[in-house]
Order: sequence, then C-alpha cells, then structure tokens
Amino acid sequence: MTVPFYVSPEQLMKDRADFARKGIARGRSVLVLGCADGILLLAENASPSLNKLAEIYDRIGFAAVGKYNEFEGLRQAGVRYADLRGYSYERSDVTARGLANAYAQTLAGVFTNAQKPYEVELVVAELGTAPAADRLFRVSYDGSIADERSHVALGGGAEAITARLDAGPGDLAGLGLREALAAGREAMGLTADSAHLEAALLDRTRLGASAAQSRRTFRRLTEEELA
Amino acid sequence: MSGFEPAFLSATSSSFFDLVSGLRPDALPTPGHAGAGVPEGTTVLALTTAEGVLMAGDRRATAGHQIAHRRIEKVHRADAESVIGIAGTAGLSLELIRLFQLELEHYEKIEGTPLSLEGKANRLAAMLRTNLGLALQGLAVVPLFAGAELAGADSPGAEPTARAPRGRIFSFDVTGGKYEEVSWHAIGSGSGPARSALKRLWAPALETEAAAIAALEALADAAEDDAGTGGADLVHGIAPVIRTVGPEGERRLDEAYVLDLAAAVVERRRAGAANRGEAAR
Repeated sequence: MTVPFYVSPEQLMKDRADFARKGIARGRSVLVLGCADGILLLAENASPSLNKLAEIYDRIGFAAVGKYNEFEGLRQAGVRYADLRGYSYERSDVTARGLANAYAQTLAGVFTNAQKPYEVELVVAELGTAPAADRLFRVSYDGSIADERSHVALGGGAEAITARLDAGPGDLAGLGLREALAAGREAMGLTADSAHLEAALLDRTRLGASAAQSRRTFRRLTEEELA
Repeated sequence: MSGFEPAFLSATSSSFFDLVSGLRPDALPTPGHAGAGVPEGTTVLALTTAEGVLMAGDRRATAGHQIAHRRIEKVHRADAESVIGIAGTAGLSLELIRLFQLELEHYEKIEGTPLSLEGKANRLAAMLRTNLGLALQGLAVVPLFAGAELAGADSPGAEPTARAPRGRIFSFDVTGGKYEEVSWHAIGSGSGPARSALKRLWAPALETEAAAIAALEALADAAEDDAGTGGADLVHGIAPVIRTVGPEGERRLDEAYVLDLAAAVVERRRAGAANRGEAAR
C-alpha cells in the first residue's frame, strides 16, 4: 500500500499560485484605461476573432488574459448573469461590483477546490457619467479582487505598462479618445501600424441615449479610428 | 460555493429564453387569472420602402368597452436592424417584446455576432410556440416582425451602390407559424381596413415620408372602422409610433413630425368629406 506524500497547505497554495501565474505571464498584455471619452480597452491579440475584450452589459466591459477557453467560459457566465439580472430587475440594476464579486467567488472556488486553478486574470470595467465615477475591478486567478483607479494592465508585461503610464502623460482622465489610444499604445510598446491590436470603447457619448433606443455603450473601434 | 450559478458556467445555449426557462421559469410571462378586463392592443402594419422597411402602430389599448391606455406603444425596436410590433393582450405583448429584445442581444453578446434576419424570425416563432398554452386560453399574442438586409452584405468589398437594403416582413400566428409577407402587411383588429388602404397606397420604392403618410392613411382607415384602434390624437398630441429600418439602422420618426403628417392626413379627409357634402348634413 502506498502512502500519499504529505504536502503542507502553504506549499499546496504556493504551487497552485505559481502554476497560474506562469500561465498568465505567458500571455500577451491587456490594458484598460479611463479617459474623457469613455473607458478604452486595449489588447495585444494576433487573432481578429478570438477576442480578449468583450461586452457584458450596457455600461460594463470585460477584458481578460490567460487561457482562452477558461476566460471565454467566464465571459459567457458574466453575460448570462447580467442579462438575467437585468431582466429580473431593471437594466440600471446591473453593476460591475456585483459582477466582479461573482467572478471573485467563482475563481476562489476553482482555485481551492478544482483539479487545477484557472490561468486567467480579468478586468471588469463600468462606465460612469464622468471619469471619476468609472469603476475598474481587477480579479485574479485566486479570486482576489482589487479596485483600481484610472488604468489597469494585465498579462505578461503588466508591471512595465503600469510603470510607464504612471510616469508618462499625467492625468489620463482629461484625454480624448485619440490621445488615450496613443498613450495606451506607447505604454504597451505597440507601433501605430501593428495589426495585433484589439481595441474597444465603453463610449461615454452614448450614455445619454433614451430608454427606447439602445443603452449599450460598448463598441469596437473601427480601422479608421485605429489608423 | 457562491459566485455564479453552475448553470451560468455550464450552459451551452446562446438563447436567453432557454436560460430563463431553465433557471427562472416563474419570471416568464404567464396569464394568471385572465378576464374581460385585460387591456388589448390593436392595429400594427408594416411596408417595404426605398430605404428598407417601415412599421407603424396606433397607441390605443382597450379593455372591454373602455379605453385602457391612450399612449401605449406597440411598435418597438428589436435590435439595431429590426423592429417588432405586437397585437393582442397588452401585458403579455410587452413582456414578449422585452424577452425578444433580450433574446437577440443575448445571442449577439454570447456569439459575438448578430443573428441573421431569418434567424431572428425563427427564434420569434419558437418563442410563440412555447406560449401556445396561453393562446389556447384566449390570450393571443400575434407579432409582426420586420427588418432590412443589405444586399451583398456577405461580401464587404461590394460597391456601395450594390448595397441597396431590402426590407423583409414576417407575420406569425399563435401556433408559431411564420409567414414572409410581400410588400406590406397589417395585423390586429383593425387590420382589414388597414390592408385595404395599403393595397391602394403601396408602390415600389416609396420614400420614407411617402411611406409614413401611407401608413398614417391606413391607420386612419382602421381607426374609422375599428373601435379598438385609435387614430392620431391631435387634441392630446399623441401620434402613432413609426419606426424605420434602413442603411443607417433602426430609428424612430420624431413624434412631432409624425403628428404634423397626421394632421395633414386629417385635413385632407376633412376637405374630402366636405366636398362630398357629408359635413353639411
């Protein structure tokens, strides 16, 4: 009869965290930043159809790095959560805070209970009426959650990007879409002609739409806007 | 474990209707106790235009012999490229519209691409079929669905001139049967007079304003003969709802503009009646 090795809980958690962190660091980076025109979501992504940035609800966007199948499943769960909540109550009752909490609980559960932790890190962004009212939540593989200000970067070069933005253009909240796009690109080290940029915007100018029209603010940036 | 319900993570369907049916069946519209006092809606019509398609509906809901509401809206945006109008029990109709709007939005978000127009019509038919039990209790809800397809939309490189939009209109019955209509169609209790008027007034490639006037004429005919249909209410400033789908997507015509067109229609009718000597009697 074989006796299983004893592994201390500390070691077990550390091994799992190292495993997840390694997987995430292999991925290319994602940057979410608030500006005057809305919340800009940028991702370095070679694929035009396997998106890392997505719409969850009227004012809520989603960005993720890591294993595609894992964050895609989480994205769909978020859409189901938001649509069902908005249908049961009212569209304005769907908030990023509630959604980020659900993500955190789910990821924490998987981290401790499942065979292997999810190798993902994600951002839930909620557009406010002004940059000061924007909400950016970063949720990690172990379910830890952080409320970020102004900008948040994920993935391989995340720390370098954050450092560059903190040192760089100063107040991002005053920038228009073009300037914010340029600042984000520069921080990510992407040239203007890079075809590997995926970009989307939670558009603040769409916030005033009447209830009879669509209240969705998420849109992908066109090639002209990226040029 | 709290967080997402397991079904959110394991579901494989792109349908919001399926999701609600499985998780919150009590949130779906059900008749409960239905009597004669339930408000009902009435005339909705659609016609193809040069731009794409136009849908119009009156604003009255009746309950028995009473007018229950003067300002109810029966024509709604379904998504950015289609519109839906409903005749039947008002409460159920509005719920079904809300559910259908979410169905299209949910699919678009989950799949990352919108459904085709035909696909949307098929989904609507399927949702009606599951409401068949309600229909058998006399709570019929009959929608009219319309949208515009850009010809050559499948080939992005096509010349702009080749991308003239094509309006398509679908009608349904309570059993979920789906029928594509040619040129124009009307549903509801005032649909008879409205169809006769459209048959007279419709022409190929009507401009939007001409099509709106034709729709208002048809609604006025329906209001003259059907107690359940309200005409344009110039006293209270209530105009029929008119929505169009064209190359720029779905939009609602401004109510003040529609009211002006409706006033002109009323004025022509008044003059016509005076010429026939009806007013003198």
